[in-house]
Amino acid sequence: MTARERVAGTVANYVDERTGAAAWMKKNLQKVFPDHWSFMLGEIALYSFVILLLSGTFLTFWFDPSMRHVVYEGSYQPLKDVEMSAAYASALHISFDVRGGLLMRQIHHWAALIFMAAIVVHLLRVFFTGAFRKPREFNWILGIALLTLGIVEGFLGYSLPDDLLSGTGVRIAHAIIQSIPVVGTYLSFFAFGGAFPGEVFIPRIYIVHVLLLPGIFLALITVHLMLVWYQKHTQYPGPGRTEKNVVGYPFMPVYMAKAGGFFFIVFGVTAFLGAVASINPIWLYGPYTPGQISAGSQPDWYMGWLDGLVRMAPPLETYIFGYTISWNILLPGLIIPGIIFTGMALYPFIESWLSGDKREHHLLDRPRNVPNRTALGVMSLTFMVIAMINGGNDLIATHFDLSINQIMWFSRIGIIVLPPLAFVITKRICLSLQRADRELVLHGKETGRLVMLPHGEFVEIHEELSAEKKFALTQHEQPKAIALVKEDAGGVLNPKGIRARLQARFSAANAENIAKPTASEVKELEGGHH
Amino acid sequence: MKFISKYRRHKGALPILIMLALTGLGLTFSAATAAPAKNTMSASAKSTIIEEGKEIFLKGCSSCHGLNLEGGAVAPSLIGVGAASVDFQVGTGRMPMQDMSQQAARKTPVYNEEQVAALAAYVASLAPGPRAYTNEEITWERDGNTAEGGELFRNNCAMCHNFAGQGGALTQGKYAPSVMGVEAKHIYEVMITGPQSMPVFSDTIITPEEKLSIIKWIKAAESEPNLGGAALGRVGPVTEGLLVWTFGLGILIGIAVWLTAKAR
Repeated sequence: MTARERVAGTVANYVDERTGAAAWMKKNLQKVFPDHWSFMLGEIALYSFVILLLSGTFLTFWFDPSMRHVVYEGSYQPLKDVEMSAAYASALHISFDVRGGLLMRQIHHWAALIFMAAIVVHLLRVFFTGAFRKPREFNWILGIALLTLGIVEGFLGYSLPDDLLSGTGVRIAHAIIQSIPVVGTYLSFFAFGGAFPGEVFIPRIYIVHVLLLPGIFLALITVHLMLVWYQKHTQYPGPGRTEKNVVGYPFMPVYMAKAGGFFFIVFGVTAFLGAVASINPIWLYGPYTPGQISAGSQPDWYMGWLDGLVRMAPPLETYIFGYTISWNILLPGLIIPGIIFTGMALYPFIESWLSGDKREHHLLDRPRNVPNRTALGVMSLTFMVIAMINGGNDLIATHFDLSINQIMWFSRIGIIVLPPLAFVITKRICLSLQRADRELVLHGKETGRLVMLPHGEFVEIHEELSAEKKFALTQHEQPKAIALVKEDAGGVLNPKGIRARLQARFSAANAENIAKPTASEVKELEGGHH
Repeated sequence: MKFISKYRRHKGALPILIMLALTGLGLTFSAATAAPAKNTMSASAKSTIIEEGKEIFLKGCSSCHGLNLEGGAVAPSLIGVGAASVDFQVGTGRMPMQDMSQQAARKTPVYNEEQVAALAAYVASLAPGPRAYTNEEITWERDGNTAEGGELFRNNCAMCHNFAGQGGALTQGKYAPSVMGVEAKHIYEVMITGPQSMPVFSDTIITPEEKLSIIKWIKAAESEPNLGGAALGRVGPVTEGLLVWTFGLGILIGIAVWLTAKAR
């Protein structure tokens, strides 16, 4: 035993005798995690969150969340002597008069955009591989909660500097609050402490942005990760991987090193963006006053779809019992997002309810092997992407020489027509890929090597797949359609009623698959001359 | 003088003379009533360039705007648009129009400065309208105030031309063009004439001094270095989102793939 080991042992022993941590550490540090790039998408979100906490704390040292009127006396000349809020003046101060301030502001903003993008790709990975299935439904809901809060948190951050773009966003939020039937006006008075913009909104959203929501985030992220730890990570199917084990590397030292390194890489990429690419140049926007607006006022990308929906909404309004119901704001601003997010949160339960599958799943699906779910996902994505495109309709119009009206009509019609089309096309693609897999298992890989047989026939040599590969391509189970039982043998109506009919429809659609090669089919061909 | 006198028996001489007399009368009247305009040109030189302008007009403009500026099915009347309008429209290359699209786009001017001046003089000679300016007259550097110009720009211009003057979309394929890289006199003329979809900002709405301030702010925005790094077009969050989804996430996912790649 070297001197160093002796010292380390003494320290470890000292700590263990007082905390009893050794047993727990031994068990947990050896915990095994599977290795796949798509399992690191959530990590990008986690690390961006840490970057947001660090850079955000820096910004709070100088930011003054007040709507008090001041006259700008800082070093940015084009705004000299302009009246503005203290919040905007302090944001300018951070940008121009605090050493490293602009860099930190830009890192904070880029990190927020990366945070949301990473959450979305992480969500897509979880959805398309079926990682949300039992027992992980709660964690899925936590994820949706984090996504929703992320949108709110990002929007509040975007609103804080009180520049012209911020104020425009707040004005739209104000309109959405007001569109709530009956209570909208009262709610808006409550939120803004009177008429828009008032004097209290920025201080209020500031405390929500820097204390309340980050606190909730920390709590939810902790539970989210604890559940991953406790329920163990899902894994892609392969030889030796079952529903009862996890094949991968131990947390210590492999993932400690990988995750730690990845954190610095994410920080590096974010800092690089902050250093070379301008984001939200608030000094160009000028201070917010309700009488002003800029062409091309857009929200940050994660709210682009919402803006796009509002932009495409037809001008519908009803006047009833002395109240105006502004469907043009209410529908795209609250009702449709409400349906989307509720549907998303409930999806694991809907799928298990319709498929009748109540088993635990720790092995992931390949998206092609579950054509219905994959098609549903692509359908929803298509909806969102069209909404998002319409959110940038003015920039698309000017940069591609198009008419904004035509883009709007394309979006209005497209958002109804294209998602179902995407569903059908995706499903067909999935089935084709299944067919290709079947072909691959039965006939092997094409080698491109042509051989002339003694009797003159030319054949292409197909290379047989390895046993591992064959297993990976054929291990999945293919669901069978549930037959609809209208009434039992005694003539009693099925008590499940409509649920039975829905289940039958859904399971029939789910069962539409290309039959995977059976063991006997493979065996039969193995003796052959392919 | 010979140039003119050889046309003295020309059949157009009388109408032109009458027109010139009327123009002269009108000019005298407007000179007497309006602020004194700089008019250093001698009367004969003026009539020469009006002639030149007419020639250019008949060749290059009359097929749409009519032989007597009366306009037509595809082009508006030019009676009373003034020299300012001509100087802006032709001087920035918008006229003659490249094609019959929604809006005349800025392009390399077809006519040189003298030709533009001649055209402007000709159009102005038929009916009074806002006069053209020279860049020297637009003393924005001396008389403008950048911060005040910024306030005015955000109040009056940004809703169409974007917060940084990069332009924006209007309805049916029309657009507010970028105001970057435009000559000071053209910006001034645009405000007093209100071409295409743009409203007129008369001197009672925005005073001449305020116009100079707006120009000063535009010039400041034009020459301002991109303080935060690559500007991404100064068009707001759309390009920022695009960069995050392409470069930002692209490189991070690439690194994730690299980190989990199996040694082969």
